[in-house]
Amino acid sequence: MADPASTDLPLIRLRDISRVYGMGEAEVRALDGINLDIEKGEFVAIMGPSGSGKSTAMNVLGCLDVPTSGQYHFNGVEVAHLTQDQRALLRRHYLGFIFQGYNLLPRTSALQNVELPLIYKGLGRAERHAAATEALAKVGLAHRASHDPSELSGGQQQRVAIARALAGNPQVILADEPTGNLDTKLSAEIMEVLQKLNEEDGLTIIMVTHEADMAEFAHRLIWMVDGRIERDGRTSRAA
Amino acid sequence: MLWETVKLAVQAIFRNALRSFLTVLGIVIGVGAVIAMVTVGQGSTEQVTADVEKLGTNMLMVMPGQDAMEGGPVGTAVQLFSIRMNDLLEEELGVIEVSAPLSMGRARVVFGNENRRTDMVGTDNRYFSAAQWEVERGRLFDVTELQSGKPVCVIGETVRKDLFGTSDPIGEEIRIQTLSCEVIGLLKSKGASTFGSDQDDFVIMPIRTFQRRIAGNTDVSLFIVSVRDGVDTERAKTEIEAVMRDLRRIGRGEEDDFTVMDMKQLATMLSGITGILTGLLSAVAAVSLLVGGIGIMNIMLVSVTERTREIGIRLAIGAQAWQVLLQFLVEAIILSLFGGLIGIVVGLGMGLLGANMLSIPFRPDPQIVLLAFAFSAAVGVVFGFFPARRAARLNPIDALRRE
Ligand SMILES: Nc1ncnc2c1ncn2[C@@H]1O[C@H](COP(=O)(O)OP(=O)(O)OP(=O)(O)O)[C@@H](O)[C@H]1O
Ligand SMILES: [Mg+2]
Repeated sequence: MADPASTDLPLIRLRDISRVYGMGEAEVRALDGINLDIEKGEFVAIMGPSGSGKSTAMNVLGCLDVPTSGQYHFNGVEVAHLTQDQRALLRRHYLGFIFQGYNLLPRTSALQNVELPLIYKGLGRAERHAAATEALAKVGLAHRASHDPSELSGGQQQRVAIARALAGNPQVILADEPTGNLDTKLSAEIMEVLQKLNEEDGLTIIMVTHEADMAEFAHRLIWMVDGRIERDGRTSRAA
Repeated sequence: MLWETVKLAVQAIFRNALRSFLTVLGIVIGVGAVIAMVTVGQGSTEQVTADVEKLGTNMLMVMPGQDAMEGGPVGTAVQLFSIRMNDLLEEELGVIEVSAPLSMGRARVVFGNENRRTDMVGTDNRYFSAAQWEVERGRLFDVTELQSGKPVCVIGETVRKDLFGTSDPIGEEIRIQTLSCEVIGLLKSKGASTFGSDQDDFVIMPIRTFQRRIAGNTDVSLFIVSVRDGVDTERAKTEIEAVMRDLRRIGRGEEDDFTVMDMKQLATMLSGITGILTGLLSAVAAVSLLVGGIGIMNIMLVSVTERTREIGIRLAIGAQAWQVLLQFLVEAIILSLFGGLIGIVVGLGMGLLGANMLSIPFRPDPQIVLLAFAFSAAVGVVFGFFPARRAARLNPIDALRRE
């Protein structure tokens, strides 16, 4: 669908993106004229006060939601022109999601959870098994493959979720407060995994966080207030 | 993909095994009822046909009144038959081997301390040959007994067993109402008829004895006619009808006030009754399947609500709406098919049990089994579609946020 070679656009380009909830008196401008370019291989952290529109921005970036107005080019494709099913395909092949609450399927082994996106990619049993095992190994959980989420710690569950996001071999990983439920030590572990994926595998990572310490793992920090980007700069680590 | 979907559905169903079972109970009952009924129905039809063939297809019954088939009041306001009419009919028609007049009633028979309510038949020796009864012990009536209406009787095996136990009935006196009657013969047992009635449960006496001493009138209830070998029963029937119209002075254009029934017709009539029963049960089954379908719809809606988050996850990682729809639809269909399968097993079991109890052949119909299977799949599709569509239409963001 999207061939990056055919265009000189960045991987992600947002132009004057707005997302408005409700109408009239009750209108909420969750995103209010966002302009943003993200290149392939970047590690971006988004911060900002509660209600500033971070999650809304992630939903738009993740093609789970469509903006009320503005243009969103992903890999040179205008997302607004895609149907719901085409956006599903885009998510399937190019995007991986990590959620604050892990969102693993209960009563389903870690391995099966990681295999889930591969089923939709149409991979055969053996291929699926191999790819999922590899993804689990990458997050250091190969030995927990047969465990249910209920038998894993929060940090381990989040690592399974990262493996699931990885398994489909995406270009971008979108993580909305991935360490929100974890203590500082486990959070750092998760961030190290993400950092490794960014540095070694060249994955583009966009992450929302409330903790400055976590944002320091990224190269670029975007600060949002009231649906707008107030600051956009490099972190100390970027140097 | 489809195989994955099926596996997933089976897993989801067994995760809530008890709930799933209770959900499909309606379908189990519906399918089970149909299978059991059809199995028993076909077995009994086959039995009736076999029995009628054994009885001899050359037996006809002539009864007063119209529409005996429809179960109308036989001979209530209609002129009854007489012995003379029977004899004239027999004499007139070469196709008739023998025709026996029968007067019938019910009475209590007493011997010593034992007593039994049983069928009373007044007739003559022609009946035994027309209806193919054989003598086990003793003898049939002699001419004087018949002509002067002597108090003698021939009894069936059931009456003998009940009244006499191990002792010899021949020569004993039994009491029927005020009449004391000597047992002169015992008939060979025929056992239960297809229709479940005991054919050996009766007492036979000369028709004159019955009319005078038991009934108190000269009415004849029916003629049992045996047609000569090689004569088509249809032809015999037509001829009998013509002669009977004559004998009963029925004018041109007037309706018959009697009915001639052959055993084939009797069989049809009885399978007609089976048919009505099958129809009734099918209606029950249809309602049951409807209720079962609604049950499945209900549980699928619950399941969609419970698994909203799962649906959100699937949509987020790239499932298309139709894939979510298919997942829940397949689950509903498999659930329903499970119900159908259990229903088929239960139905066949009941059919086997019923066949044994009624001592009829066990005749499962593969076509009906297949149909039941297809029908339960259809119930799954119809009632699973709405919940599945609801799942497929969920917004991934809302679905993920739901607790
Ligand atoms: N479905 C919705 N309907 C109406 N308003 C919404 C909806 N989702 C979000 N909003 C509003 O949009 C604004 C931005 O919400 P968003 O969830 O993006 O904030 P956030 O930056 O992620 O906050 P937090 O840090 O608390 O997660 C908020 O004012 C919120 O109330
Ligand atoms: Mg948020």
